[in-house]
Amino acid sequence: MTAVTTQQPSVGQRLAGFGRTLISPRGAVFLLLIVLLIAITLLNPSFAEPSQFIRFIQRVAPVAIVAIGQYFVIVGGEFDLSMGSVVTAQVVIAGNLIGQDESKSLPVLLFMLVFGAFIGLVNGLIVTMLKVPSFIATLGMMLALLGATLYWTGGAATGNPADGFREIGRGGIRDLPVIDILPWSVVVLVVVLVIAIWFARRPFGRTIIALGDNPTTARFSGTRNWWVKTSTFMISSLSATVAGVLLVGYAGVHPSVGRGYEFTAITAVVLGGVVLGGGRGWVVAAAAGAFALEALFTLLNFAGVPSTYRDAVQGAIIILAVAYSATTLRARRKGRALEAPAPLISPDPSSGPSTETSPAPAEEQDAAASARPAPIPSTQRADNETKGGS
Amino acid sequence: MSTAAATSVRRGRRRRLDASLIVGIALVGVIIIGAILVASVGRNFFSAGNIRDILTGMSVLGFVAIGQTLVILCASLDLSVPYVISLSSLIAADLMAGNPANIPFAVLVVVIVAGLIGLANGLIVTKLKVNGFIATLGTGLIIKGYLDSNYKGTSGEVPWEFQLIGATGVGPVPVSTLIMLAVAVLGAFFLARTRVGNHMFAVGGNEQVARLSGIRTARPIIVAHVLCSITAAFAGLLLASRLGVGSPTVGIQGGYDLLSIAAVVLGGTLLMGGRGSIWGTIGGVAIFAVVDNVMSVMQVNPFLKDVVRGVVIVAAVAVYTSRSLDRRRPRFGTGSAAPDTPADRSAPPPAVAHEKEASA
Repeated sequence: MTAVTTQQPSVGQRLAGFGRTLISPRGAVFLLLIVLLIAITLLNPSFAEPSQFIRFIQRVAPVAIVAIGQYFVIVGGEFDLSMGSVVTAQVVIAGNLIGQDESKSLPVLLFMLVFGAFIGLVNGLIVTMLKVPSFIATLGMMLALLGATLYWTGGAATGNPADGFREIGRGGIRDLPVIDILPWSVVVLVVVLVIAIWFARRPFGRTIIALGDNPTTARFSGTRNWWVKTSTFMISSLSATVAGVLLVGYAGVHPSVGRGYEFTAITAVVLGGVVLGGGRGWVVAAAAGAFALEALFTLLNFAGVPSTYRDAVQGAIIILAVAYSATTLRARRKGRALEAPAPLISPDPSSGPSTETSPAPAEEQDAAASARPAPIPSTQRADNETKGGS
Repeated sequence: MSTAAATSVRRGRRRRLDASLIVGIALVGVIIIGAILVASVGRNFFSAGNIRDILTGMSVLGFVAIGQTLVILCASLDLSVPYVISLSSLIAADLMAGNPANIPFAVLVVVIVAGLIGLANGLIVTKLKVNGFIATLGTGLIIKGYLDSNYKGTSGEVPWEFQLIGATGVGPVPVSTLIMLAVAVLGAFFLARTRVGNHMFAVGGNEQVARLSGIRTARPIIVAHVLCSITAAFAGLLLASRLGVGSPTVGIQGGYDLLSIAAVVLGGTLLMGGRGSIWGTIGGVAIFAVVDNVMSVMQVNPFLKDVVRGVVIVAAVAVYTSRSLDRRRPRFGTGSAAPDTPADRSAPPPAVAHEKEASA
């Protein structure tokens, strides 16, 4: 708290600040991504060729889009476990309703978007109106939606949409100079990402973060909590719908498409340094988390690691990445309140509540506690714990 | 300090009774509706065979959910249970290898391995400060990688003597369910009467306050994770005894991770931690078992079963939360007296500071 005075930005400090950002939880995912991409390129130099690289982006696009949707839910303090089932349902809907009739593509696409928004609306209303923890509400939606989809198809792969519709996930703008082909998925991903960044910067996007950080304060500052929260669920379901549209072309119609996407998305978002429980995180980092995850899989493939060990490596990486960001975040948590993030950790990085070395930090905390009694436990609590709802 | 602990225990017990009561009412309601539905297709819900089916269906999920309750009370989660279940069924079947003399050794090894996994979970959550959701998702994936790489299919052989645990019963009550209920009694005793058990409520309710009250917050969380993995191992042993072999997919197929969490929440335990009870969880598991049983008897399409399950989970929790919302208030005052609150709020900091100084 003494370090507020030390704020003369010099070139050296700025460079140090940039370096610190890169190793900070917020920037770590980009560092991880760069390291992974370099490692892949060393193992397989052709990966760096533009045409190969754009294929990689095409492969990541659905996961990244789902992660972007999940970001809004998580930063708002909730979970959406139903995304995988939404993807599956949309893929099956596209396969069965479009059929070989090209002219139906547009109406069915509209219907899918409406359906996605509706699922999100139901999720959001169950969470906000019935006060069911989002973990449970979306878990129920996941079971019910997947069950209904499988019941509809009889559990088998049925239906095959018209080729024109599958082009969205499969085709692209051909005969381009450097990259040879610009897949539509990449275009869609860029559009979604730009919209997401724009949206996150709007007042509404900032309200979501405020709501995730502290619902009580958000309510007192005039937020309609139920509507903001509901809209995050609608965003996530809509993003799952878009991912479904891409996957129809890329992976085909099968009830197993989309399975496990919710956990992949949550993993990607958390890798991106977004704090479970809400209130902190950057949407670009969440998308970068999806890229890092997929790059990790690609690296394991190229390195000849048996596919059965993929899960084990993924598990270890997740734990390490989150452990890294969690321990770093703890060290600088005090700085956040004063909005002077970088240089502030110097005086007492170890004076967090965990160490009970001397009475001095305790007194300091007491002073802070008496100044602002209520918010302290809740903001600190939000860092490390899973908030189920309300 | 001691008086504060005593009042919190007393208040906790009253609250737990309330929660269990609502779950019990819900269970009775589900049983009545189920009995009517089953009667409508001309079968008897309360026949000995049917009751045995329900109780058998409860036992595996019951084991997992007891452990999950402890973890969720500490405001953590355990998503690694299905893989622990599969792993312990495989280790047990491999070590027993059809020889009854190996049973104690195999059970011991399984419990130790599961305990170590739980210890790893707990240490990652408390020492590395990784959210329980991510930590256990990660360890679960690591175990899954191990299972997928080393086991191609079912493996080992369980001797007949061990299979009896899953097969026999006392009257209509299967032995496995009796063991599960015994574990539940132990769990409830542990929560109500031991220091670590009480600390679980404190740490789950508010870790900062628990720490400032002089509780070593890491220990209850680690213990909860260890116990959760061990109860999951019991579930794996039970499944091995039923199947006669160990299977690498038995845990994942059952979906025990999410279903156990759902059962715990259905039983009135707050997902945010700090409030709940073992008996509520058993009630939640029983509700699941009854719903599943009714659907089986009525021969519902297996895919539609999932739809019904999802709707039941959401509806039941919705009913529960809407009822318990007004019960949330007393947490912020002491007991009934509202004027106590400001005095209460201003009192703790000096006391804590004193304690700190005394301890330093």
